[in-house]
Amino acid sequence: MVQEIAVNEMSRCQAIVAVEGLVKRFGHFTALNDINLSVTTGEKIVLCGPSGSGKSTLIRCINHIEKHDAGRIVVDGVELTDRMADINSVRREVGMVFQSFNLFPHLSVVENCMLAPMKVRGLSRAEAHERAIGVLRKVRIHDQATKYPGQLSGGQQQRVAIARALCMQPKIMLFDEPTSALDPEMVKEVLDTMVELARDGMTMVCVTHEMGFAREIADRVVFMDRGAIVEEADPETFFRAPSTERARDFLGQIIH
Amino acid sequence: MNSLDFSIVLQAWPYLWSGLLFSLALTAVAFVVGMILGTCFALLQHFEVPVIGKVVRGYIALIRSIPLILVLFWFFFLVPIVLGHLAGNGRPIPIGATWTAFITFGLFEAAYYSEIIRVGLRAVNRGQFEACQALALSTFETYRSVILPQVLRVASPIILSQTIILFQDTSLVYVLSLTDLLGAASKLAQLNGRLVEMYLVVVVVYLAISSAASQGVALLRKRYAIAGARR
Ligand SMILES: Nc1ncnc2c1ncn2[C@@H]1O[C@H](COP(=O)(O)OP(=O)(O)OP(=O)(O)O)[C@@H](O)[C@H]1O
Ligand SMILES: [Mg+2]
Repeated sequence: MVQEIAVNEMSRCQAIVAVEGLVKRFGHFTALNDINLSVTTGEKIVLCGPSGSGKSTLIRCINHIEKHDAGRIVVDGVELTDRMADINSVRREVGMVFQSFNLFPHLSVVENCMLAPMKVRGLSRAEAHERAIGVLRKVRIHDQATKYPGQLSGGQQQRVAIARALCMQPKIMLFDEPTSALDPEMVKEVLDTMVELARDGMTMVCVTHEMGFAREIADRVVFMDRGAIVEEADPETFFRAPSTERARDFLGQIIH
Repeated sequence: MNSLDFSIVLQAWPYLWSGLLFSLALTAVAFVVGMILGTCFALLQHFEVPVIGKVVRGYIALIRSIPLILVLFWFFFLVPIVLGHLAGNGRPIPIGATWTAFITFGLFEAAYYSEIIRVGLRAVNRGQFEACQALALSTFETYRSVILPQVLRVASPIILSQTIILFQDTSLVYVLSLTDLLGAASKLAQLNGRLVEMYLVVVVVYLAISSAASQGVALLRKRYAIAGARR
């Protein structure tokens, strides 16, 4: 028992994502400059900052959708290199949710959730189906399982996208502005799903400007500007008394 | 002028039927061969495979710029020579008109299908590829399970339209002295002198088959439009 707690303590303190000296360029433009960030198991981080500051680029480097130019990214003990084997072993453990859902329009909701577990994790059709239904039930959308993405509302689609990622049983979830393409009345259902996920102990890195959400679940708010991390603080401190001028400007803008 | 006598058509029907079957068989084989090859051609270009991609590009540009009838002639003379060279003794190996027709139509259609699929591949949203990457799907699975099914769906009306044209083009096999539906009708017409009846029947058959297929195109368009409406 004591031992178990000790092990849990250890794994909790261990960084599941370690980003060191990360540099990303697009041609001559430096989108990320010397980023250092570490995420411990179970931690929830909210990334925010003005448009073009590099938030999306940063989280897309973590699962190597964008290839970094310098620095190190280690995810769950595997360093991201050019080796496809490394990249895929990282991607298997990292779920991602996009602003524009990116569901597969030719597959039904449940098939969207079954594809990767079958093709990547090697589950049988029956196992994948059972897992998919279970996860869809969790995000409360199992009654739509046989529908196609085009038949669902934006909020429903985004919850399916979350379910699809969860069916891979990832160790960490990345969210890139999951609610900013949604009609206002659908934002809540998606945020509620994310809050539940956070309560279940999922490690999360979320790019979002939803301050209520950040206050509720974030352990840390990371503020970026012009390709650099400018400020890091717990949400209370960050929102009440940001220490940098740029963060103050930014907060002033999003509040209005 | 004699009045029309369609009893002649009934007599001629078995021969016309065999001609129609040949047309349909040629269309089916050319469709299958053309789709498989065309998809490969499209992917080779899509992945910008060194050298081969360029060669395929050139082949398609060439085929698409010359009439099918000319391609038929060339293949009829060329393929035996190429086979002869491959066999090593340099003597042409005749392959016969039927084989020439099947091979030529397959290769010819491949060029057209390939263009349709290539354009379709470019139209797939980048987010689809990113979603596949994020789920750790291999490149093979990405294309097999996600990208190509979508491309084929979107392109299916155009593919079917192209296939209707293909079905009509099968009448060109008369240059190889093969007998398709039209060939059968014109041979009979020359024998029995009933040109009007014979050619009327052929028109009706082509019309029936092509318009049935066009209905299919319209159906596919509608169906796809609904599935994609809210994306
Ligand atoms: N593929 C690309 N090619 C060139 N430049 C890019 C590319 N992707 C991003 N950039 C640039 O990199 C910078 C950071 O982009 P990024 O998308 O990471 O910003 P962001 O913080 O997510 O902004 P937003 O809030 O608008 O989503 C921007 O200036 C953007 O123009
Ligand atoms: Mg972004």
